[in-house]
Amino acid sequence: MLKKLRRVGPPLLMLAPSLILVGVFVYGLIVANFTTSLTDNHTAAQATGQKPAVVVWFTNYIDLLASEDFQHSLMNLVLYTVVFLAGTMVMGFLWAWMLEKPMKGEGIFRSVYLFPMAVSFVASGVVWRWLLNSNQDEQASGLNRLFQMVGLDALQNNWWNNVTFGIIAIAIPAIWQLSGYVMALFLAGFRGIPDELREAARMDGASEWKLYRHVLFPQLSPVALSALIIIGHMSLKAFDLIMSISKPANYQTKVPAVDMFVFKSSFDYANAAAVGSILLIIVAIVIVPYLIRTNREEKQ
Amino acid sequence: MTAAAEQLTAHRPAAVPPTLRTGRYSMARTLKYLALIFFLIVVLIPVYVLLVTSFKGTGDADPSRAWALPQLWTLENWQTAWTALSPSILRTIAVVVPSSIISAFLGSLNGFVLARWSFRGADIVFTVILFGMFIPYQAVMIPLTQLVLNLGLPSGVPTLILLHVVYGIPITTLIFRNYYTTVPHELIEAGRVDGAGMLRTYWSIVLPLSIPSFVVVLIWQFTSAWNDFLFAVFFSSSQNGPVTVALNNLANGALLQNYGVSMAGALFASLPTLIVYIILGKYFVGGLMSGSVKG
Repeated sequence: MLKKLRRVGPPLLMLAPSLILVGVFVYGLIVANFTTSLTDNHTAAQATGQKPAVVVWFTNYIDLLASEDFQHSLMNLVLYTVVFLAGTMVMGFLWAWMLEKPMKGEGIFRSVYLFPMAVSFVASGVVWRWLLNSNQDEQASGLNRLFQMVGLDALQNNWWNNVTFGIIAIAIPAIWQLSGYVMALFLAGFRGIPDELREAARMDGASEWKLYRHVLFPQLSPVALSALIIIGHMSLKAFDLIMSISKPANYQTKVPAVDMFVFKSSFDYANAAAVGSILLIIVAIVIVPYLIRTNREEKQ
Repeated sequence: MTAAAEQLTAHRPAAVPPTLRTGRYSMARTLKYLALIFFLIVVLIPVYVLLVTSFKGTGDADPSRAWALPQLWTLENWQTAWTALSPSILRTIAVVVPSSIISAFLGSLNGFVLARWSFRGADIVFTVILFGMFIPYQAVMIPLTQLVLNLGLPSGVPTLILLHVVYGIPITTLIFRNYYTTVPHELIEAGRVDGAGMLRTYWSIVLPLSIPSFVVVLIWQFTSAWNDFLFAVFFSSSQNGPVTVALNNLANGALLQNYGVSMAGALFASLPTLIVYIILGKYFVGGLMSGSVKG
């Protein structure tokens, strides 16, 4: 017993500060948040504890999911995530594919494609608000003006001011910012493929397409999965961009994270907590199987 | 993780047979360069806008001059933005420096224990910690505000340091753990045979080997804390908050129509992370790679 304690004791002691912090700030708060989401804590008096909050079970969730307003936010989140994922994966793969073989100037291309990643969404939001200005024709500035200058007038549009598809305009800066990241992931994937594998395939007379289809793509699929998970998870960061491009008050571009901020600002803690829990469930559905899978693969 | 970074930066020798360097091949190469340059320009468009607009005076406000160079180059916007943002930049430094160092150190301890001083159930402990990296912070924000209030921490810098340390633990643990699994067992066993305890082994054998990982982790934490907006907007104001909050307020405030000032401000706010990226790009990429769990 004492021997066992001596073996397990020190490592656990060393992990203790982090475990306690993560235990409280992640798991403890998730539980607390869920508890709040089950109450009628909708007013400032309740939020500050001057008036008691009563448990109403899942009423907040039911009301939220039934409201057209919140459905619009969820729909926006789906649209944004799909466009953002597709955009970054396509651009990231294309760039990695072009830069995969050693060539002159590859360092410059790589560095430039990746640099937006170092900038905050708030800072890039300042520029993109200017670029995505919805004024057209005489009054146009930003991208609409650029379209006129290169003779693509037809491409002018009102960007994030469109009620149904406005959110896609917000995905454009996000794609600009994170395609380089996906490129970096794919480049690492390409370079992890042994040369012998390609040589062997070529020896066997495989065409370029067959080489990709049967040799390179399967080797790259773990990288692609990682990229999908990371980028998909980052789509929740849309919050920063929306706050700096179109403001939280905008119906067109709101997503659940923005709703959560608005609820919190008006001291509607119960609804804010419910939105948070919904986001957590969405993320957990994707992440938990991924973590378990990764864990299992590592053991093998 | 580091292996991935090396693969990314290492140049493989060209394996193109000379017979392939014929007409069709160089045509394809020209097309490839054209495409690469096209994308280069597209990616740099916002940079052009940022720089040019930040030097424009009010005389250039007409939309027809939106993409033109300034008629009169002026530093006025830069001065206004600097006055508005410099206090918040100092506060950001006060948040980012201690929080990166503390969370890097905690991550290094955890990574070492989980990778090289393991015990039964260590994998489960690791997964439990790692999950913290993936949660949407919206799911803890409401009780977090109450917890911070109860702890009596002043809003602004002290609160943000705590939050960046705590929520940085999963990623720093991940990076160090992945790195330490590449440290040979023999090195640590040698220490054990010599009778060195866990702390002693960590301090005299593992820590000196960890410098590259520390650089990667510090850069990662520095960048993400510097660019953080979510925690900043919930736990500080433009009076006591970091530069992201101040910049957002500047861009929305009285100067709403004066894009020049907000553009100059955006540049100020981005310069530190951009400089780190330019100087220490290799390590920056290393941190990015570690974001993928398997590294």
